This record gives sequence, structure tokens and C-alpha cells, in this order.
Amino acid sequence: MARVFQKPKSLTSTYTHYCPGCTHGVIHRLIAETIDELGIQGRTVGIAPVGCAVLAYHYFNCDFQEAAHGRAPAMATGIKRVRPDLMVFTYQGDGDLASIGMGEIIHAANRGEKFTTIFVNNTVYGMTGGQMAPTTMPNQKTTTSPNGRDITNCGMPVKVAELIAALQTPAYITRQSVIKPKYIIKAKKAIRKAFEYQMAGTCFSLVELVSTCPTNWGKTPLEAVQWAETDLLPYYQLGDCKTPDE
Amino acid sequence: MNYQYQIDSDRCKGCGLCVAVCPKKVLELSNKNNSKGYFPAYRAREEDCVLCGTCCVMCPDVAIAITPDDKPSAGK
Amino acid sequence: MAKVLMKGNEAIGEAAIRAGCLNYFGYPITPQSEIAEYLSRRMPEVNGMFLQAESEVAASYMIFGAAAAGARVFTTSSSPGISLMSEGISYCAAAQCPAVFVNIMRGGPGLGGILPSQGDYFQATKGGGHGDYHLLVMAPYSVQEAVEMVMKAFPLAEKYRNPVIILGDGLIGQMMEPVEFPENLVSQPTNKDEWATNGMDTRKTTQRNLVRSLFLVGNSLEENNRCLKAKYDQMKKEEIQCADYNIDSDYEALIVSYGTMSRVCRTAIDLMKKEGIEVGMVRPQTLFPYPDKIVQQAAWKPSCRVVTSMELSMGQMVEDVERVVQGKRPVTWFGVAGGIVPAPEEIVNEMKRVLHAHQS
Repeated sequence: MARVFQKPKSLTSTYTHYCPGCTHGVIHRLIAETIDELGIQGRTVGIAPVGCAVLAYHYFNCDFQEAAHGRAPAMATGIKRVRPDLMVFTYQGDGDLASIGMGEIIHAANRGEKFTTIFVNNTVYGMTGGQMAPTTMPNQKTTTSPNGRDITNCGMPVKVAELIAALQTPAYITRQSVIKPKYIIKAKKAIRKAFEYQMAGTCFSLVELVSTCPTNWGKTPLEAVQWAETDLLPYYQLGDCKTPDE
Repeated sequence: MNYQYQIDSDRCKGCGLCVAVCPKKVLELSNKNNSKGYFPAYRAREEDCVLCGTCCVMCPDVAIAITPDDKPSAGK
Repeated sequence: MAKVLMKGNEAIGEAAIRAGCLNYFGYPITPQSEIAEYLSRRMPEVNGMFLQAESEVAASYMIFGAAAAGARVFTTSSSPGISLMSEGISYCAAAQCPAVFVNIMRGGPGLGGILPSQGDYFQATKGGGHGDYHLLVMAPYSVQEAVEMVMKAFPLAEKYRNPVIILGDGLIGQMMEPVEFPENLVSQPTNKDEWATNGMDTRKTTQRNLVRSLFLVGNSLEENNRCLKAKYDQMKKEEIQCADYNIDSDYEALIVSYGTMSRVCRTAIDLMKKEGIEVGMVRPQTLFPYPDKIVQQAAWKPSCRVVTSMELSMGQMVEDVERVVQGKRPVTWFGVAGGIVPAPEEIVNEMKRVLHAHQS
């Protein structure tokens, strides 16, 4: 039995600028598939971050805004408060969400703003050339931690999903991965669930996605997938941290 | 019902992830580069392909499509 | 329409509602927290939206997002908070989103003080945020004028697809004066469907809208810069507002002053008139675009032999006064800062000193 597979309508045909093997492309596709399946292309507004996905709007076929670094959750709040009927998602990386934008994401989640955040965790700052991120692993070498992340100096990597899930306001907070098909399938289900919560006006949703950055990790795409599986998934554990019914 | 399997070789960046995940080891990277300089994937062992779509799920560039083929096929 | 006695801050909040703006994102800061407090009570009464953001930074981006989605929005803050909003303001200007900002100025720089000042003139008219842009800047001198300017700000912001800022100060924010809310000052809302991300379904189209400020390709950034400049040139042609006082007399000295300081100067002018000293005043109501020609013509009046910029700062507007006077009259500056508002007698003494120092 063959599986039918085509580019979703909500994804443009524009050739992406992402590196070979970069999982941004997978995540974009999963979001676009979700938008198509739910029939919400005409009332979706995406918010692009500052990071490798700064040009994400070239790849999506819906209304889009470009945020300042870290401020997407505030912009999303603005849109949802004036147009609660619009489906709003932010798309953010390690620096955007977990560094400069930490205040905005915590407060938006705490207020229970009814938008969806897709958080791409690849443990480095990609666009600017591979600097250390709040999510960089202990002893991981980056351009600003050339001897490896020293946790006595920089602390431990931040587990964003658990941090946001600790807030008292109901939300859907989950961590998935897009490094291999078996994880991608679960990630798609989670993204769809998040958007469904938004459609029902239930709660804030955040889907953290453990991803790869072959270029800045200095690995081939396949080596990057293997390293992510052996070194990241034990720390950044997959699964639902919180659902609103709890 | 027949199906068309296509890899858009100009979209493919030769990342090799589809090659790695194919359960039937159908795919290889070509040794002829595309217009962007990448060595795109192709079905080296087409006859083993069961159109499971795992390569499609993995591909970050949406370079692979499997579509129903309305025309009667003259061989695969 | 009856006159109501209202605190400036509350009147400013009410004015936005009367202008059809039912969306406020803000953050408390002295001396303007009463605006947020008033609106937290009042917005629910008119089915409006009030949200206290977690910071001024966040508020400025809520403004940007909501404005980009095609809603009429405004926010208020005071000097240090406006610094925090300045990046967001730059983004609004670059992405051509209309929004109204109100700065109830307090003493600075740094944490400064909570009393009135005019120390943010440079910030509002010359910069604030980074990049090549301007804000339309209006400076009221009374609660009534603040109300009128806030109500005009929304259609102006939409006409130019640019942020507009009202530059008030702590005195205007705190004092109570009789206010009458103008009727029918609101123009028709502009057609946001051309640019807003309000959903393709809302616009009944399959053409999506993109709001952004990053222009990497070719000379697209220069095109954006030129597009913005064309708007500022149009503002200079169409939006200049300037009031005056005692300008028909044969004044020997000209005061240039705005906002609260201009009221003190007005009383000083009356006091000097009684002593037979004629001093005139021009009071810019738009600080950008600056009323260059009006100030210039007033300065170059044959009877006038010296021009003084009177400010609640260490001298910021004086640079614009010098610029337009073009060296044809001596330009002096007098200022009081640190949140102190001078008494009219201090202005009188200063003008006497200036006139004495600049005999014809």
C-alpha cells in the first residue's frame, strides 16, 4: 500500500536557504501540513524569529510578521488579544526563545495567551555562526565556548519545556524531536495537538523540537542525527510535560 | 492504482538522510551534481521500493513526492 | 458637550477611547501609571482590551504585533520606559505600522526622577531608536490640547503608516483641568487590507501580507528608506502646527518654548508687558515636523533682537532654533532641569538679563 506524499499548500515552493540536513525544513513542513489539514491557512499568522529561520516567511503561504529578537511571544500576544479568531504561531530558536526572549515566553505562557510556540532546540546559535546557547550541552564546543561549555562558569543547559511547564497556568507543553522518522511522526502529532488546543481556545501551547545543526556542530547530517540521539535525547527527554486537563 | 515517485533533484541538497532511513536501502546519492552543486539522491534499486514514504517524511527539502498516477502505466 | 474636570493622564486614556482605539498594552511607570489604572477600569466598560505587559519592551512588541494585524492600538510610558520601547518603535517605523505612543516625560537621564521634564526632545525628534526614521511628534501644553492631539494621532498614524508620539510631561499628566472631548475628530479608518496581517480570509484573498523590516536583497533596503523619507517630507508639508503668543506686538525678544514650560513663559510675558517690555513667543505644537519657517519668520522680525529657547532641560530644542535662525539673531538658551518647573519670575529675570546683554 503506497503512501501518497506531496508538498503541503501552505508551504511555498521556494528553495530554502537552510543547510543540507538541517531539520528546519522538516519542521516547516510539519507546520504547513497541520495548517492544511485543519483548513486554517486563511486565518493563520506566523511570526518569524531572528535566527536561521528569520526568512521563514519565504517558505510559508500565510500572513506573516517578522519579530525582533526574542519578542515574538509579545507580538503574538498583541495579535491574539486584538484578533482572537486568528491562529497565531511563533517559530523560535535557542537564542530567540531561551536567551533574549526568556522573559517574553514565560510571561506569555503564564498569562495563558492562546497561541502556539514552536521552539527549535539545536543547542547552538546557528545564524550567527555557532555560538553557545543556553541549551548548549556540558563540554560541548562552540565558537564562544572553544574549550567546551564549562558548567561551573555558565551553568547547566536550560530545559525549556520543563521550565515553562512549571508555571501554574494550564498549557500544553511537550518536547519532541525531528531527527528521525519515528520521532518526526510523533512530532507531527504534537504540533497538530497544539494547534487543535489553539483552535478550541483552550490554552497556550509550546512544542520543543530537538533538532540538528550539522554545520555548526561540525558534523555530517547523518553524524548530527546520531549525536543528537545519543547525547541530546537522554538530557532533553521526549514526551508531554504538561497538558491542560491536568 | 499506480503511483509516481519523484525526487526533484534540483531541490535535493544531498544531505543523505533519506538514504540512511530507507528501510529497503533503495536510495543512493548520485555521483553527478545538480545545478546547485549538490549530489542528489535517487532510487538506485527502484524495484525494492515499496513506496512507504519514509524518505518523504525525513526529507527536509520536500524534494520527494509520491502521487497517484492517473495514466495507465507502461512499466514502472 | 459638557466640560469635565479630569486629570491629564486619565483624559489621555479617555481620549484614545473616544478616538476609537479600544486596545491598550502598557506598563506602570511614574508619572503616568494612572493612564494604565484608568484604562484597566474603563476598557472593560467599552468592551475594549487592556493588558498590563511584563515590561515596556514587551508592551512595545505587543503594540507592533497588534498594529501589524490591523488594529488601532496605543501605549503610554515615561522617559526610561520610552527608551525600552525605542527598539520596538524603530521596528514599527521600518515596517510601516501605525501606532500611537505617549511619553509623559520625567527627569533623566538614567532612573532620574519622577517630576516633569522636557529631556526627551532629542529622543523623540532626532532618534530614540536606531535607524533612519522619524516619528510625528506632537507636544501639548494643556490637558485639553493633549486630548485633541491624542485623538488626531490615530488617523495621522494611519495616514502615514508611521508611529506618532505625544510628548507630554509629568505636570500635564498629573494636573486636573477642564476638558471637552471633541466630536467627529476621527477620520474613516484607512484600508488596512493593503498591508495588515489580518488573515487572508478576512481580506477574501489568497494573497498573503507580510510585515517586516529586514531587507537584505539588492537595494530593497534603500527603497524602504526612500519610501520612509517621502513620508517625512510629506509630513513637513502638511502637518506642521505652531501656536504663538503676543506675536503681533513689536517684541524685542522671542521665546521659543513648548509644553508646560510655554505656560510659565506666557505668564512671564504678561508680567513683562505690564513693565513695558514686549516679548513674543512661538509655541511649536509639532516638534517633528518642526515649524522651521514659522519660528524663523518670528525670529527675523525687525523689532526682535534676540531669541531664547526656554526648556525644561539642559538645552535640546535650542539646536533646532539655532538651525532655523541661521545666525541672523543671537540665540540663547535657558533651562531648568531635575524635575523643577521654574516660576514666571525666573523667566522674567532671565529675559531681562538676555535683553540687557544683547542691546541692538
